[in-house]
Amino acid sequence: MWKWLHPYAKPEKSYQLAGKLLPWFVVATVITFVVGLVWGLLFAPADYQQGDSFRIIYIHVPAAMMAMAAYSTMAIAAFIALVWQIRLAEMNIAAIAPVGAVFTFIALVTGAAWGKPMWGAWWVWDARLTSELILLFVYLGIIALYNAFSDKVLAGRAASILTLVGVINLPIIHYSVVWWNTLHQGATLMKFDKPSMAPEMLWPLIIMIIGFATFLGALSLLRFRNEILARESHRPWVSALVTEKLEGGK
Amino acid sequence: MNPRRKKRLLITSALVVGLSLAVGLVLFALQQNIDLFYTPTEIIEGKKETGIKPEVGQRLRIGGMVLNGSVKRDPESLKVSFDLIDNGGGIVTVFFTGILPDLFREGQGIVAQGELLNATQVNAFEVLAKHDEEYMPPEVAEALEGMDHLKTDKK
Repeated sequence: MWKWLHPYAKPEKSYQLAGKLLPWFVVATVITFVVGLVWGLLFAPADYQQGDSFRIIYIHVPAAMMAMAAYSTMAIAAFIALVWQIRLAEMNIAAIAPVGAVFTFIALVTGAAWGKPMWGAWWVWDARLTSELILLFVYLGIIALYNAFSDKVLAGRAASILTLVGVINLPIIHYSVVWWNTLHQGATLMKFDKPSMAPEMLWPLIIMIIGFATFLGALSLLRFRNEILARESHRPWVSALVTEKLEGGK
Repeated sequence: MNPRRKKRLLITSALVVGLSLAVGLVLFALQQNIDLFYTPTEIIEGKKETGIKPEVGQRLRIGGMVLNGSVKRDPESLKVSFDLIDNGGGIVTVFFTGILPDLFREGQGIVAQGELLNATQVNAFEVLAKHDEEYMPPEVAEALEGMDHLKTDKK
């Protein structure tokens, strides 16, 4: 059943696949960002309650969602890395972690910028904001732990375990607004009910979410390729690749 | 699956399950403390599960809807008072001196931080506006005005 996947356990194959996928992700990101941002920031109507300030949603929500999506991906990779001991899964964690950390940071900063005019405070220690801050710290912890070992086999295993430990934070972030009284409002999109947003505002948001997803994909692929090259630098196929590039450049 | 992988699968799964359980229990124990605010009913009758009531003089946050027609402004100063209400029917009066957030209006959800003066009065030093998760253009909001769940701006 999983036979078709087996060749990609070889770093060389994965490196090539990532290289083939990368341009598609970049093109999709550019298109969705241009369409989504222009539509969302210029043409979508202002909100009845928050006026134009609500437009921060077009950055804030996609960044926050993708920060969590990135972490879910890392958690799956961590599980695979620990059980099947596939090194590429560890490289995957190392590749995505900084991207996820930056997305979390973007979500926190845009959230603060949104909170000041609407709520009246940059920061409130409510459950949603605090759990999102913890996500940032978990990301930073994973990055630090991975880089703390010079032996990358050990580093990969340690980072995998920490990633799995941190995954418990994801449902807490998502349900924080349901389980507890928070200043942060409830979910607009990710619920079983239909989204509580007018369609002409919702479409650009969906486009931006897709855009952030492909952006996350593009950055991760780029970093994944670098990580493979760095960890496989002693392999003949990497030297062959370098020689080929050098000769091609002449 | 070979036995070594099976063992690792078991250990890893046990790690995740055990951890979820531990964190779940911790959160369950901390449930009352993670709430950002008391609702008016909770201030008057105590928390639903534990019945714990805040004490007079305690610093706390209260969150609820501003009752229609309850906002009283002092024409001479920035002093303002308003009543907060929630689904439970409890009403608590909040006193505040200062500038209210732009979103503050009657029918709006707000969170105030301050000191409990007596069972139904809070002296706030900070008032934050809570907005809901609904987004729509003003025309749509106007058309839907009068529906219960909407807090439209009546200007």
